[in-house]
Amino acid sequence: MNNFQYVRAEGLDGAARFVAGHVGAKFIGGGTNLVDLMKYNVEKPSSLVDLNRLSMRDVSELPDGGLRIGALVTNSDVAYHPTVSTRYPLLSRAILAGASAQLRNKATTGGNLLQRTRCVYFYDTATPCNKREPGTGCPAKEGINRTLAILGTSVSCIATHPSDMCVALGALGAVVQVTGPGGSRSIPFEQFHRLPGDHPEIDTTLAADEIITSVDLPRTGFAGHSAYIKVRDRQSYAFALVSVAAGLEVADGVIAKAGVALGGVAHKPWRNPQLEQELLVGRPANRDTYHEFQRALLAGAQGFGENDFKLKLAPVTVVRALEQAAHEGEQA
Amino acid sequence: MNTHLIGTDVNRIDGPAKVSGAAKYAAEFFASDMLYAVVVSGAIAHGEVDSIDTAAAMKVPGAMEVFSHKNRPHMAWFNKSYLDEDAPTDGKPLRPLYDEKIHHSGQPVALCVAETFEAARAMSRLVEVSYKALTHQTDMTFAVQEAKKVEKSNRAGIEPPPKNRGNSAQAYADAPVKLAKGYLSPTEIHNPIELFATTVVVNEDETMTIYDKTQSVSNSQLLVCNALGLYKDDVRVESPFVGGAFGSALRPQYQLILATMAAKALKRSVRLTLTRDQMFTLSHRPETLQEIRLGADTDGTLLAMHNESLQATSRYENYFEVIANWSGLSYLCENATMEEKTVSMDISTPGDMRAPGAVQGVWAIETAMDELAIATGRDPVDLRLQNYAEKDQNHDKKYSSKELKACYAQGAAMFRWNERKPTPRTERRGTALVGRGMAGGVWESPQMPASAKATLAPDGTLTIASGTADIGTGTYTVMAILAGEALGLPLAKVIVKLGDSELPVAPLEGGSWTVSSVGTAVTEACKAVAEKVFKLASGLDDSPLKHASFKDVEFVNERISLRSDAAKFVTLAAALASGDGEPIAEKTKAGPNFLKQHGYKSYTHSAVFAEVEVDEDFGTVSVCRVVSAIAGGRIINHEAARSQILGGVVWGIGMALQEQAETDHQFGRIMNHNLAEYHVSVNADVHDIEVIFVKEEDNIVNPIGAKGLGEIGLVGVAAAIGNAIYNATGKRIRELPITLDKLI
Repeated sequence: MNNFQYVRAEGLDGAARFVAGHVGAKFIGGGTNLVDLMKYNVEKPSSLVDLNRLSMRDVSELPDGGLRIGALVTNSDVAYHPTVSTRYPLLSRAILAGASAQLRNKATTGGNLLQRTRCVYFYDTATPCNKREPGTGCPAKEGINRTLAILGTSVSCIATHPSDMCVALGALGAVVQVTGPGGSRSIPFEQFHRLPGDHPEIDTTLAADEIITSVDLPRTGFAGHSAYIKVRDRQSYAFALVSVAAGLEVADGVIAKAGVALGGVAHKPWRNPQLEQELLVGRPANRDTYHEFQRALLAGAQGFGENDFKLKLAPVTVVRALEQAAHEGEQA
Repeated sequence: MNTHLIGTDVNRIDGPAKVSGAAKYAAEFFASDMLYAVVVSGAIAHGEVDSIDTAAAMKVPGAMEVFSHKNRPHMAWFNKSYLDEDAPTDGKPLRPLYDEKIHHSGQPVALCVAETFEAARAMSRLVEVSYKALTHQTDMTFAVQEAKKVEKSNRAGIEPPPKNRGNSAQAYADAPVKLAKGYLSPTEIHNPIELFATTVVVNEDETMTIYDKTQSVSNSQLLVCNALGLYKDDVRVESPFVGGAFGSALRPQYQLILATMAAKALKRSVRLTLTRDQMFTLSHRPETLQEIRLGADTDGTLLAMHNESLQATSRYENYFEVIANWSGLSYLCENATMEEKTVSMDISTPGDMRAPGAVQGVWAIETAMDELAIATGRDPVDLRLQNYAEKDQNHDKKYSSKELKACYAQGAAMFRWNERKPTPRTERRGTALVGRGMAGGVWESPQMPASAKATLAPDGTLTIASGTADIGTGTYTVMAILAGEALGLPLAKVIVKLGDSELPVAPLEGGSWTVSSVGTAVTEACKAVAEKVFKLASGLDDSPLKHASFKDVEFVNERISLRSDAAKFVTLAAALASGDGEPIAEKTKAGPNFLKQHGYKSYTHSAVFAEVEVDEDFGTVSVCRVVSAIAGGRIINHEAARSQILGGVVWGIGMALQEQAETDHQFGRIMNHNLAEYHVSVNADVHDIEVIFVKEEDNIVNPIGAKGLGEIGLVGVAAAIGNAIYNATGKRIRELPITLDKLI
């Protein structure tokens, strides 16, 4: 860890202006990922602007019936919030499938969105990594890639986004509210994270001096029919090899609405709303439907050796999650 | 009623100190002149350091020095100066910062020393190292051609394979049932939670007190004195508490030499703590490939056994552990061939890790035996009973005791083994396939020479002292129990001192021999004290023991009583009051009784039964139930013994399903070097575990009849789980760990 300046943010504007005006300055929330990366010499911020004293700790109802989760609300507080667990159980389940109780108590909503990949090369400064040091190369493609992406990869990067929470937010169709020196804007969740392309060093569409202020959930959250399935190498404290967040609205055995996102397979939560409209909505809630959908959703998936098994695992996980969501609440 | 301690459930006597933070570990000792050191680890697997630029590092406020091979203080020239007690005698141990040569990735290349830890760490990021890389090999599959046969022992107790028995090739060729398979086990890392650390306190007279994470203070003292030219009298090594080691601290690690070198050069106290990723550069369980061939009659009677074992080692030390031999040890078979080979690669030297060699060797043979059971249609327990050996087959010696049949029987009963469906894929629970499997386990139970001192104060307080270590296994407590039992004292009156090079010398704390070896020394020292106390007691006026001899009395409840009539006694207080007011102190050195042990070999045994649920879509395995039945001689502290076995089973779940160091062979570097990516079992992976200790009397193994339990709990677990997975799925996985990708 290198020396850095510590600045306590007193207001959103001042914090954003400070980061805009100082090269290498970064915001810090819970610090559960950033501080680790600083210890590994991967992140080397010149200054840390601490957002924790700002008032973004509320969960509140929005006029349109949606729910606003302040950027500083901890993962634990979101997961156990009564409104979240009753109206958006998918989100609660996804959060509780991740990390450990201690980490969830510290990690924030905004910070969770900004987690960086767990690719082992990204973490080890003795090896090349295009995400850490653009242009140095990607050893993962022919190396250790068991946990890495099968969809949306590029020549320069096959990293995955590690969050569980974001997979649920993707399926729910959340909106990220941000503010910065250029003003405030709303970013639909699918547009928040990006694919690696030629710039794997950039994970999101958030500007360096923009601050996430809240994550807004839509009015309905698949309260009756949802499932989060996380397949991993041990039953807790492991990142997803494949995870699926599935939400359905079902009427008379027919799907009325659907949201399905995958984790552990791409540089961002993997979702395709158009395919949900075409292949799920209006179709009977059964295995045939789910299989046809997963084939389309996962079309073009490509393995890199160690992670070839995900090509088999992802389809069955999508189908299982949809089945489980459809049958939620039924007696076994 | 007589109060006895042995065999009861005794809480750790050091528990309160540990949970309150009073127990200090190597990195927690402090001196007012303390400097802090951080190691810079090398990035390449093989080659040389070309240049080191320390200018930027030395500009960090508080920087003291950057040591490298270019400016290091004097170190010994001769190879033998670096041989610690557990080093292969024919190797060239790694000398940290000795020269520019790089032997493995992560090898220390510089040491940054500063006034604060933060400054030293900042310095370590600014040291610019460039390398001249040479080609390296870390992939065992490509290095196999260079394998060398193990011909002779190069570490005490580590034997090359025994001579061939009979003609296994012919017997195999003639056998009606044949099985020939390869079994691959990965590199595993010890990963004790306590990081390796050394605090060197430079005293006013320039002597040093070194607090080191070690399984032997005398071994650390030996190495650091030889390597750095220090006198034993000037170096005291203490290691009162060790936060887990599992064998990784049997050999002193490089932070000991580096911290002491810096302290000596700078004449200041120094603390050096390694990082978690550096813990992956010290020592590891070697990767192994075992080619096993079994020939059997149609009823499962073994006719031929063959194990050709290959294990990875470093280029600078031909470390090896006993792997193939476990195949030929435990089952009756007239024709057996065992072969051990090592393959040298550009990796750090492997080291002993909990049940070294047996963990891999028993996993392979016990998996193969399950395959033989399937091939011959026999029940796996019956097949083992049919081939049961009443003698150690490798040494052709009697067992001092072997209650393995009781383990099979009691384990099977508790597990309800009779509910197992022999045909795979016949039982389901929801979306999961259910399977049951079992395996046997075996580990040696040797006794080593050890010394201890017992001092009984006039107030009846007993102090036990020995240089052995408590690595979390409960050594403090077990010694207190043995001492209290010998002198009839409650635990509250027994003080135990361990982990100090000024205390009586004990062997390395490992090999499951500490209770057997140090426990015997403690018992004998206490017996010598007891004899003196008896003299005082029988010498009292009107002593009811006047005409008794020592063997006629027992020490119970702080009394010396006649065995024949407990109502006739002298209290310990009365006996001591008649003494000269000085403590009664006895130091003993105990060793194996060769006359008694001649012709015998001693082992602990186990039978492990496991039930798994396997989700067929996901390949995920849940180990829902394990029963481990142990034959481990006399149990001294039932609670700690049970904990040892529980811990071994948990480790076995990790070994079966999760543990492996992942090496990128392009860089020759272990990449999952942290506890997020190197997986061991977490609480959610661990379900019901039952432990049974079967009755096993053994008056040959050592005078106290106890066998060490530190390792046996792990041996056999991975095979039992793998066999259960086969029973559930019909899939036989011969490559550990059994991760989900191997099952879908």
